[in-house]
This record gives sequence, structure tokens and C-alpha cells, in this order.
Amino acid sequence: MTDILCKTKDLKITFPHRLGDFTAVHGFDMEVRRGEIVGLIGESGAGKSTIGNAIMGLLSHPGKVSGGRIDLEGQNLIDLTGAAMARLRGRRIGMIFQDPMTSLNPLMTVGDQLAESIALLQDLPMAQARQMAADRLDAVGIPDAVERMGQYPHEFSGGMRQRVVIALAMAGNPDLLIADEPTTALDVSVQKQVLDLIRSICVERSLGVILVTHDMGVIAETADRVYVMRHGRLVETGPTGQVIHAPSQQYTRDLIASIPSIESREERFRNPVKRTGEIDQWLLEGHRHEGTDDYVTASALTKDFATRKKTFWGTSGSFRAVDIPGLSIARGEVLGLVGESGSGKSTLGRMMIGLVQPSSGNVHYSDHGPLAEVRSRAARKALRRDVQVVFQDPYSSLNSRMRVDHILAEPIRFHGLAERADIPRLVGALLERVGLPPDTGRKFPHQFSGGQRQRICIARALSVRPRFLLCDEPTSALDVSIQAEMLALLMELRRSLGLTMLFVSHDLAVVRQVSDRVAVMKQGKIVECQDAEPLFDAPRNDYTRMLLDTAPRASGHKEANNLRSGI
Amino acid sequence: MYFLLARVLQATIVMLCVALVGFLVFQFVGDPVLALVGQETTVEDREALRESLGLNDPILLQYARYVMNALRGDFGISYSFNRDVSEMIAERLPATIELVMLSGVLSLILAIPAGIYTGIRRKGGLAQTIMALSVIGVSIPSFLLGILLILVFSVWLNWLPSFGRGDVAAELGLRSSLFTWDGLSHALMPAAVLCLFQLGVILRLIRAEMLEVLRTDYIRFAWARGLPGQRVYFRHALKNTLVPVVTAIGLQLSSLFAFSIITERVFQWPGMGSLLLHAIGQSDIPLLAAYLIFVGLVFTISNLVVDAIYVLIDPRIRHGAH
Amino acid sequence: MGRIEMLERIRSDFWYELLNSPVTLASAIVIALMVIGCSFAPVFAPHTPFDPATISILDNNLPPAWAAGGDPRFLFGTDLQGRDVLSAMLYGGRISLLVGIGAVALSVVIGMTVGLLAGYFGRMTDTVLMRVAEIQFAFPPILIALLFNGILKASLPADVFAQAAVPIMILAIGLAGWVQFARIVRASAMVQRNQDYVTACHAIGLPTPTIILRHITPNILGPVLVLAMLQIAVAIVTEATLSFLGLGTPLTEPSLGALIQIGSQYLFSGIWWVVIFPGVMLLVMVVAFNLVADWVRDYLNPRLR
Repeated sequence: MTDILCKTKDLKITFPHRLGDFTAVHGFDMEVRRGEIVGLIGESGAGKSTIGNAIMGLLSHPGKVSGGRIDLEGQNLIDLTGAAMARLRGRRIGMIFQDPMTSLNPLMTVGDQLAESIALLQDLPMAQARQMAADRLDAVGIPDAVERMGQYPHEFSGGMRQRVVIALAMAGNPDLLIADEPTTALDVSVQKQVLDLIRSICVERSLGVILVTHDMGVIAETADRVYVMRHGRLVETGPTGQVIHAPSQQYTRDLIASIPSIESREERFRNPVKRTGEIDQWLLEGHRHEGTDDYVTASALTKDFATRKKTFWGTSGSFRAVDIPGLSIARGEVLGLVGESGSGKSTLGRMMIGLVQPSSGNVHYSDHGPLAEVRSRAARKALRRDVQVVFQDPYSSLNSRMRVDHILAEPIRFHGLAERADIPRLVGALLERVGLPPDTGRKFPHQFSGGQRQRICIARALSVRPRFLLCDEPTSALDVSIQAEMLALLMELRRSLGLTMLFVSHDLAVVRQVSDRVAVMKQGKIVECQDAEPLFDAPRNDYTRMLLDTAPRASGHKEANNLRSGI
Repeated sequence: MYFLLARVLQATIVMLCVALVGFLVFQFVGDPVLALVGQETTVEDREALRESLGLNDPILLQYARYVMNALRGDFGISYSFNRDVSEMIAERLPATIELVMLSGVLSLILAIPAGIYTGIRRKGGLAQTIMALSVIGVSIPSFLLGILLILVFSVWLNWLPSFGRGDVAAELGLRSSLFTWDGLSHALMPAAVLCLFQLGVILRLIRAEMLEVLRTDYIRFAWARGLPGQRVYFRHALKNTLVPVVTAIGLQLSSLFAFSIITERVFQWPGMGSLLLHAIGQSDIPLLAAYLIFVGLVFTISNLVVDAIYVLIDPRIRHGAH
Repeated sequence: MGRIEMLERIRSDFWYELLNSPVTLASAIVIALMVIGCSFAPVFAPHTPFDPATISILDNNLPPAWAAGGDPRFLFGTDLQGRDVLSAMLYGGRISLLVGIGAVALSVVIGMTVGLLAGYFGRMTDTVLMRVAEIQFAFPPILIALLFNGILKASLPADVFAQAAVPIMILAIGLAGWVQFARIVRASAMVQRNQDYVTACHAIGLPTPTIILRHITPNILGPVLVLAMLQIAVAIVTEATLSFLGLGTPLTEPSLGALIQIGSQYLFSGIWWVVIFPGVMLLVMVVAFNLVADWVRDYLNPRLR
């Protein structure tokens, strides 16, 4: 129990800058033992990845360790020369990165990359290394390992690639493995398999693992102990169960409280935005949006995309991204649309608001008629005024060359919704309505944080006084505490303005919090669609059940932890 | 292999377009009849000649005939030399190829290691010096460099001959001036001039690609899994820089031919470039058109070779996933 | 110490990076001086070099003022006809800059139009436009300009060609250089087109021209600016080369390239100054544009630093 593998003591990491150094990590203490998984959790900017990179000796320029120690079984890594540190990498410490798509050399076969590592790190002749490489691929759960050795990374799926990355990181039989957000780029069903693999390697080889992540669910299901970080400082540490169930610090309590639960719909997220009546009056002006009839109905909708297969005559072949018999959303309803990546949920969402042309079938709006027949300039303008969208990525969804007040004023002016002289006042009120100071309009988007930018996006969508809002993964790029605020804002707006919503997300817990009804998509088809509560509590479809079962949950650690408490 | 087949088809279309331009120049710039017979001939005689040259046929027919003739290597008769154009090109070609090959090989031999070095050690003193020199290399007009070299090495120092091609000797069945000392001394300055610009361009490109690749995740991961530096740089990084670099080198081959025109003028090197300048000076249209098609052919073939190399380098293109 | 303290007080990254790079700063100043000096050549030039009334054949072949036999009236000496080299350089530099900037302006207009159309609309528009660009891209710009000029020279009467030399040159070099702009603009436009802010514009219902001009164009100007500065350097070299080959500006109105060509004929008679000074001016001009362009590229793309 006491054989400490790796230990940091008062670790301090600084990034020098001409306008004052930025300290990413202030005096951090951590211990990792053999055979345990230590979770390192924090929101973006907490410094958690920096610690992993520092242990590897791979801090990005110009960062440097400016104080403290990193001990690996008694040896202080800080004192090592570059060459000595390089000898430890791969042999004593291994690392896996977040994105398996970009972690492998695209021009070398998987077998060559693995055999190369094994031959170099274990001083074996190439033939023997290749033999061992096949065994290793087999061991990380890649079927037909010998055959797949000769394939290139682009021929592997995301989950399979991450397995290859793990095999590569383990090629030199390291004692310590640093996993930096190893499952963030993966779908939940694959995520669980990769975490299980890391878990089993850890136990089998009595490996010490540092699991860096922002996801409390991942920590809860995998880590033995957890370190909670914020702004480069340690907030709290302890066994996973204790930290999650009885956090001693306010920050940890808030962090855990802001995680949406997949088990139930909660009303605990409060929207701190101050409401002013005047702007709501303006937003509701000129429309009647009452009743419970179907606001929008899709029927026999399909979308085909050309596959990128090059043939002699150009590109050919296609695959069906969306194929649904029908889907409707009632006035004032929030429909959640759930699916894994590539399920076609975003494409379906965009077809529903006319941003993507369907290959066949049509979308019918009760106020505007079939989308295919909305052709005239006036009719298109009227439709565009009613239907708006909020995207996932708050960075690419604002034009970085335009001032925020111009971004918000443009739609109002284009649709002639206010007198020219009133527009600046309206823009200020809109900003205030989404929780930003009204005078921030003079700034450019890059001067705002991710969450603030997402608020600006919501304000832009509201600026045309829409009735229907497509939210395409609106919280997926945000930290969990910001996500909670954003969900609260969206729900409050929906109630105050009577918006109809299509809420697209891969995150079941988020969808549960906002949706009246939920549709589950898999490979372009809707496998289940019913009211939210019965769908989550008693799913009828196997796929839905599988999604619900594999989703990591912060509260679900108990059994896993009890099992391991004897170790 | 669809990829390469498509490329061959594209190359054929490109060549037909180039031939069209050559044909249009041939047909519509100046009056070929006038160029052949002069002002004194009667209108009737000219008309007869026009008829016999097929100039009154439909334009598409004339184009087809031009292409067919070009395929057989027949580009007509030069106005100013009154000789077969293809014969003249064949005569001048070896001198130009000699110059282009020498400077091309020279620039690659120097640029590739220098580019890799400056990409890896970008803060080092030597790397900074190389980069500073490369700015001058890509900036200095080749004719100016040629004149400066002549001024220094021929006028002031009197070490090297300033014009012409030296003695030619045959080795291994090839006739080249590079096999004699006299020939080499003549070729040295023109080749250096032609080489320097390419050197700067390729070096800077390799460095930029190297920097780009070294930032990627798979290189970071290669460091993290403990591969030694030379393996990361030469096996993983270098190969990934090759696709854009090979493209650029393919394009550079064509630009070598283009810049050889200037170098040949400065050093009065008796190659294709001098011939072209003469053709322009004398408005010798058949020669001009033939040169255009010849250069087009060189570029098209070098692009095809580049595409073939892509397929060898990048498995994603092989598998049609590009 | 003074410089470092001064730098530390500057909070704007642009000025900090610029002042921290003396080479770039010097290049920018050189460009500014040359542009001013050449644009107002009649004001700054000590003589009027191409006016037969003001030159005297008696002043011919004078070496620079500081050399033995030099005349203080002619700082950089005189040429075969007694023209002041410095004045000829200023007048010649004016033509070089005019052609360089004019040709690149033409390339930018054509290239941005083609690139935006191809990149934004994609599909057939893209295929057709980019095939044309691809064919032209296979040929080095200098060769295209050379052949274009050569063919015009062959088909236009000599006096017309001489009179329209500068516009023809701008046309030839501008038409030879648009492809690079089209490629870079197309690539950027394809990236921007798929950004969510453009989709948001569609959702608002903004018309396509507004989206392209007001939203996409400002976002792709950075790389265009860098390329334009590099291309000005290339265009100046191309112009000088064509003039050197006798296909450019007429000898009555010589650009820097033509001056060098004139001078190069007398290399062996030891009259080096007629070549060296215009040559150095040309080189400095081109190097300065290249250095500033390199700096701007690094500034806009800080991760490469």
C-alpha cells in the first residue's frame, strides 16, 4: 500500500510572458501508487493537463517547472537532463492523448509503429518485435491482430485507434501511465470499453495511472482516488466515493451540483439573469404562437451524402445519413434528439429548419407551409424570422471580425424589426436579457469567454424574435458549471417566450433536463421516440437502454468502488 | 489506381488546352502567309498559298490537323531560320537539359538537408544565418545575380568564362559539356544562378512544412512514447512533409525551365531559352508555339510523376480516402 | 536597457512584435522611403534624366561622386549618355513600383473573385474555375508573362507596344499571378463557408452577396495580405526581368530592370556603377517586401513562432 510510484511536491509551473508570468500550477502535491488510478479533474484552465505534460517533460513552450519536485520512485525528474528524461519516456512513463484520430502517424502501418516502439524500447530484433506487436494488439482487444498490423491508422475506427494508442504507450512496459482525456473524443459506448481496458491493464501490470479529465462521470467510474483542481491549485483530494458524496470544499460541491443527472429531471439550476419586461414585450410582439398543434412536421425525410470514394469519373457512391418516416414537434414543446456521433442527428436538425436540403421527403411548417414551397423572397424572409439556431462551438459561431453590437444589430435591421434609432437600445437590452452587461457590445467576440460567447449566440438568435429554436449541442463545448447556467437560461427563455425547441445532443443527462419528448437516433434512423420520463425510466429499445447503461454517471461509482475497496 | 488514371486523363486534357493555345497563337498572331512570302506577292498567289496551307478549312479541322502534326513531331517551319522547328529544338535541347539537371540536382542536395536542419534547430545561429541568406536567395533577380557573378569572376578576377557553352565530350553514350573541364567552367556560373533561387524556395518550404509537422499530435505522441530524436525527425516527421514538398519540387522543375531562359540570355548559353527569346524578337510564331507546347509537355509529365509519387507516399490516396 | 524598458510598456502585441524586430522595422522604413522617393521622383531627383535638353553628353560615364574623377553633381555617377544614375534610379523605381503594385492589385481582384466564387459555391463552379487555375498553375508565372508580352509584341505595331508598355506589363504580370490568390482565397473561403457563423447568416436569411462580402471576405484578408506583399516582390522581379530581356519598358522610359540591362552591356569597359546602383536598389526593394511579408505572416500565425 505504501509503495509510492510517483509523487509531486509543491510543484509550480510557470509560463513566462512579457506582460507578467502566468503561473499555471501553484504548488501541487500528488501521490500515485502502483496499481491505482488517480483521477485529476478540473474545468478548462485548471492546469490538470499541464501537470501531466510536466511529468513527461513535455511542457509546451515557453512553460517551465519553476519550483518543487517530481519524484519517480525516489528520482527527482526535474534535475534530469533532456537526454536522461528522454530515456525515461516510454520505458518508465507512458502517455496517451485525447484525440486518437491525430495521435498516430498517418503514413505508417499500425504494425510498423508498434513494432518500432517495441524494438527500440525493449532492445529486441525487429522480427521478434513484430511478433510481440501482434500479441500486444491482441491484448488491447483488437480482433484479427496479425492482419490489422498491415493496415494504416485511417482504416481503424476511433475506439480501435485509441486501443492502438494504448498499446503504443505500453510498448516499453512503463510503470506510470498518464492518460490525458483519453475518452473525450469517443462516443459513450466506446468510452466505457476504453476505460475498462485501462482499468484492466492497471490491475494486471500493477501500473500507476494518472487519469486527467474534465468529466466527473469518468472519474466516478474509473478512479480510485481523485484530485480536484481549480485555477492551478489543489482544491480537494480523497477517495473517489468520499469526494463525490461528501465533498469538503464549496467548489467541489458546486461542481458536483452542476452535473446534470441522467436519473431525474431537476429544477435546481437557477437562472441568475435579471428579467426586464420591456425587452420581453418586444420579443413577443407581432406574433401569435399559442395552442398545441404540430408546429413543424417532417415526413419521409432522407438525406444522402456522396461518399468521398474517388473513381475514374469523379466521386461516386453515397450513404444515407438520415432516413426517417416522420417526426413532429408541437407548438411550445421541447423535443430532445439524442444519438452518437455520425447518427445523423445534426443533419436532421438542420433539415428541420431548412438549412440543409433533404434528398427526399419534406418538412411542413403550420405557419409557412412546406419548406420546399417557401420560395419567394418575402416568404423566405418570414420563415427565417421565425426559425433560429444556436450552435455547439461558441468560437466558430461568431464572426470574429465583427463587433458584438453589429452582430446583433444586423438581423434586426435586415428584417426591419425596429426603427434604426431604437436598435442600439434594443441590442443593449438583448445582451442584458441573456445575462451580459448591456454596454459590452463595443467589444469583439474574442474578448469574451466561451460561455459569454454562447450567450451572445443566443441573443443573436433571439434578435429576430423567433418562435422555433434549434439548439445543436449548445452546451457540449462548455465547462460543466457554465453548462448548467446555459441550460437554465435556455429553459427560462423557453418559458417566458413560449419557444418551441429542437434540442440536439449526444449527452443523455443534458437532454433529460430540458426535453418534454425525446427521439433517439442510430445510423440515420429514429429507434425510439416518446415522452421523456418513460423513455429514460423504462426504455423500450435495446439501443436506448445500452446508451443509458454505458453513460458515465457521477453517482454511479458506488458499486465499482465498493468492489475495489479491498485492494 | 483510379487516381492515376484520372490524372492521366486530366493531363491529356491539359495538353490539348496547351495545344489549343499554341494553335491559336500559331494561327492568329501575325499572318503566316505574309511571313512566308513577303509583301510583293500578288493577292492571287497569296490566296493560293492560303488554300494550299489549309488556312481556309474549318477551324476545328485545322486544330485537329495541328494536333496530329504535333503528335508526329511536326511543328512547321521556322520563319526566321527557314528550318524545321522540331529539328532546331532537338538541337538546342541537350544544352538546356544539362543546365537544368545540374542546377536542379545541386539545389535539392543543398536544400533538403538545410531545410530539415533549419526546421529542427530553428533558433540556432547557423539556422538563422541560413534563413537570412535564403531571403536574399529568393529575392535576388537571377539576371542581376548573373551580372554580378560575371562582374566579379569574369571581369574583376578573370577566373571563369562569362559566356557560351564549353567543349562537349561523350561519356557512357551521353554527350555533354559537363564531362570536360572547359565545359564545367562554363556551366558553373549559369548553374549557380539557376540553382540559387530554387534552393531558397525549396529550403524555405521544407522548413515551413517541418515546423508544421513537428507541431502535430502524432509527433508529440512519438516523443511521449520514447522514440529517439533522429527517428522522430527523419522517419516520422520527414515523410509527412514529403507530399507538399514533392508537389513543390515538381512545380520547381517547370520553373527551372522558365528561369533557364533568363540565365541562358545572361550567359549566352545556346539552349532552348535563347531560341525562345530569338523567336520572340523575330516574331517567329511557329517556333514560339512549338516552345509553348514543349514546355507544357515537360510540366504535364513532371506533374504526373509527382502524382505517382503521392500514391507511393500516402496510403490514404491509395485507398481513395483522400 | 532603454529599449527593453520601452518595449515592456507597450501593451499592443502588434507594436511590440514590430519594434522587437529591428530588421522588419528597417524594411518597413526602407519601403516607405522608396515609395515616397520614387512616387515624387520629379521632386527628389537632382536631375531630369530623360529630358534631352537638360543632359549633356560631356558629362557621360562619370564615376560616383566619391571616386576618382567623380563629379559632386552626380552622386552615383552618370551613364553613357551623361544621364544622372541616381535620378534615373528614382524614375526607374517609380515604374518598378507602379508595375509591381498595379499587377498585384489586378491579381488580387481576379484571384479573390475566382477564389470566393469557387470556394463559396463549390460543385461545378469550383470544378470549372479551379481546372482553369490548375492548368495555368502548371506554368511558372514569369513564363506566362514572358509569352504574353512576347505574343503582344509580335502582334502589335512597335510604337503602340512601346507606348502602352506599362499597362501591358501590369496586365501580363497581373494575369500571370492571379492563380495563387485564387487558390489561397478558395481554400480559406471553403473553411469559412463551413463555420457556424456563416450558417447563422443563412439562418437569419441574409442574401448571399452580403454573406460573402460582409462576413467571409474580412475573415480571409490576412493570408491575402501576406501573399500580396510576397507577390509585389515577385512582380517587381518579373518586371525587371522582362525589361532586362528587352520585352518590358522601352529604353526611353527605363525601369530598374531596363537600366541594369543598359548598364550590363558595358560591364567589360569597367563602368560598374551603372549596373551596381540600380541593381542594389532593386535587390533592397525586393528583400524589404519579402521580409515584411514574412513578419506579417508570422504575426498573423503566432503558433509558428
